[in-house]
Amino acid sequence: MFAFAVRRITQAIIVMLVIGLLGFSIKQKIGDPVRDIVGVSVSVAERDALREELGLNDPFLAQYVRFIKNAVHGDLGMSFFFKRPTLEVILSKAPATLELVFASSLIIILLSIPLGIYTAINPRNLPSRIIMGGSIVGVSIPVFLTAIILIYIFAVELHWLPSYGRGETVNVWGWESGFLTLDGLKHLILPSIALSSIMLPLFIRLIRSEMMETLETEYVKFAWAKGLSRRRIWFLHAFKNTLLPVITVGGVQLGILIAYTILTETVFQWQGMGFMFLEAVERSDTSLLVAYIIVVGALFVVVNTIVDLIYGLVNPTIRITGRK
Amino acid sequence: MKKLLVGCLVLLMVLSFGTMAGAKTLKLAMDADPVSLDPHVQLSGGMLQFSHMVFDPLVRWNKSGGFDPRLATKWERLDDLTMRFHLRKGVKFHSGNPFTAKDVEWTVERLKKSPDFKGLFEPFEGVKVFDDYTVDIVTKKPYALLLNMATYIFPMDSKFYTGTDAAGKPKDAIVKIGPSFALTNESGTGKYRVTGREQGLKTVFEEFADYWDKESPGNVDKIILTPIKNDATRVAALLSGDVDFIMPVPPQDYSRIRKNKNSKLITMSGSRIITCQLNSKRRPELANRLVRQAIVYATNNNGIVKKIMKGTASVAGQQAPKGFAGYKENLVPRYNLKKAKALMKEAGYENGFECTMISPNNRYVNDEKIAEAFAGMLSKIKIKVNLKAMPKAQYWDQFDAQVADMQIIGWHPDTEDSANYTEFLLMCPDKETGYGQYNSGNYCNPEVDRLVLASQTETNLAKRSAMLQKVEQILYDDAAYVPFHWQNLSWAGKNKVDIRRIVNVQNFPYFGDLVIK
Repeated sequence: MFAFAVRRITQAIIVMLVIGLLGFSIKQKIGDPVRDIVGVSVSVAERDALREELGLNDPFLAQYVRFIKNAVHGDLGMSFFFKRPTLEVILSKAPATLELVFASSLIIILLSIPLGIYTAINPRNLPSRIIMGGSIVGVSIPVFLTAIILIYIFAVELHWLPSYGRGETVNVWGWESGFLTLDGLKHLILPSIALSSIMLPLFIRLIRSEMMETLETEYVKFAWAKGLSRRRIWFLHAFKNTLLPVITVGGVQLGILIAYTILTETVFQWQGMGFMFLEAVERSDTSLLVAYIIVVGALFVVVNTIVDLIYGLVNPTIRITGRK
Repeated sequence: MKKLLVGCLVLLMVLSFGTMAGAKTLKLAMDADPVSLDPHVQLSGGMLQFSHMVFDPLVRWNKSGGFDPRLATKWERLDDLTMRFHLRKGVKFHSGNPFTAKDVEWTVERLKKSPDFKGLFEPFEGVKVFDDYTVDIVTKKPYALLLNMATYIFPMDSKFYTGTDAAGKPKDAIVKIGPSFALTNESGTGKYRVTGREQGLKTVFEEFADYWDKESPGNVDKIILTPIKNDATRVAALLSGDVDFIMPVPPQDYSRIRKNKNSKLITMSGSRIITCQLNSKRRPELANRLVRQAIVYATNNNGIVKKIMKGTASVAGQQAPKGFAGYKENLVPRYNLKKAKALMKEAGYENGFECTMISPNNRYVNDEKIAEAFAGMLSKIKIKVNLKAMPKAQYWDQFDAQVADMQIIGWHPDTEDSANYTEFLLMCPDKETGYGQYNSGNYCNPEVDRLVLASQTETNLAKRSAMLQKVEQILYDDAAYVPFHWQNLSWAGKNKVDIRRIVNVQNFPYFGDLVIK
């Protein structure tokens, strides 16, 4: 087990170095940050002096080594735009994104399970057909369009909900939360609906097909023959087995959901990491971009490593296969 | 006597109640928020807009293109090199320190150190303090734009910004990246103090109780500035009533705002010109004056303004718009396809040629579409253009490297003056002097250079204007570049917000004078 853990952690470190290298090579292509922090009429000499001061003229490898050295000490550089350490900027934006993802996940879970089960049990009746048809439409409309349509209906025309931003937030132990105020919750409604619109149809369809498959299995047929109540068969025996593959897929989709926050957050001016990322691209705030890639990469690597280690504990075949 | 006293008291109470009831909050949404609280850290429209809220300039532009007194009450020319400014008395900084001549001297010294402003203040020798409320601003040579530049002198509180901060760094340091005292602290004389700031999220401005300008009708005591980058979201925020005032307004939403009965739109022809430069060094064809003229004659810029800009720009035939010193009435757009074809024939390029063009796609309004339309127009005189559009983050390096034969650039003069366009866009490129820094067409005409340089030291405004008009005429005849249009400026707000009074062609809304009914 010890050897397995060491091997897994070494792999994780290599992956992190590769991510850093990739992020760094993108950085060279994304544009010149100096342009964005000076006025247009500033002379070439002044710009060069600034570039020199920022160390942007050094060779690629020298910059990379310097970056890794600082990164090991927890210093991911200074954001050109925010003029603050990049890590601090990213962490201050994280709560907004996590709350949005959480709210969307909640919507997806609460709606996809009952709707998926309903359409599986009654595959041919009218409401099922409407739900399935609607889910095709939902999956085909791009998320930013859904977002703009929602804003126009509920904010501009009906004046029911606010059109942008997070509203009032409360600071709970350093976590800026919008969950605790009425205003914050109101602001959360439209963005979380927009964000969930992309995943909800997918999950309805997934649950439906898994459920229909399970309903065809032998043990369900046996349960019918045995004369168990319908509810017991559907919700206890069949549903439990439906859920397993759904959870596996759900874990993967969570990462994709975070990717979609970039679009949703931009349209709603939601001050999270996705919005920050897109703005950083536009402003060529390259140090912030690299830090973002490193942080998100690290998050995934750490989670995966822990999962692997736990798997290794639970399922010995995994750690044994690598051994010669 | 007693009655009179009581009467006065009542009147006073009514008046003070009136001002209290008149206190209003403005929710303002712009496409970006100030990058710093330090007015000298970056020269940009956004930072100057910020400076007008928190600081006060010596003088500021008025609607008729003249100057209104602000911290300077009077000014007079002493000689060719010197202008005397009489400063306003009894003005206080936000810190409580009194404003004196020393602060003006200190501020100009700091401007000369700022990487962004030092170019503009290069012609300045410095400030001589005459007495506490009188300063003489001295230039190295006679300088016609001294007052234009005085609109950029926003005196800072020299006492407040002197010394070292908690980190041991000097408080007056101008730091582009990383923390500094001036990044997060301010002390100006302006109507508003910054009382809260979360960068990229919101900035809160509150009225400064000891503000000197008691005559201003402005009744806004609090401004909450939210940056909303996305155009559609910014407009939606206004239409849904979440904000009171937005700037800029995307042209595609003009009609939507006009139709909405609760909001109104104000537009004004601006001074940012969109042009295309024709590189005569890369292409011998483009060094031929007849070909360049043919290209200008083939450009239907009226069509671009109508079809692509939907009327939200003003067609240009020269660099400077009306009201500028170099504006010449007769230099009009000259679309004439027949003539263009004839010129191509005369030049010996009847069968045309092939060339490349680059354009940004997120820098100017509809920039990529304009470039596409322009390329289409050139195909009619058999010039086949291979266009490549790219984001501004990548564009300017390509522009400087002159990777294409034709390159799109827009320009707004920091000096609000005609000469500035030519200095940057069309004077002979010279690394030493910095002139022609953005002249990717490599147009070079010694006569133009001579006239522009002479105009800098000409303090007789009529003579100066004649020089700059001559420059425009030469550029026009030479078809030195292709002018498209001047972008319009736009603002929109709820009906109760009196926008029209405070906006101007420089795009520095004077929020201190804003009235909300």
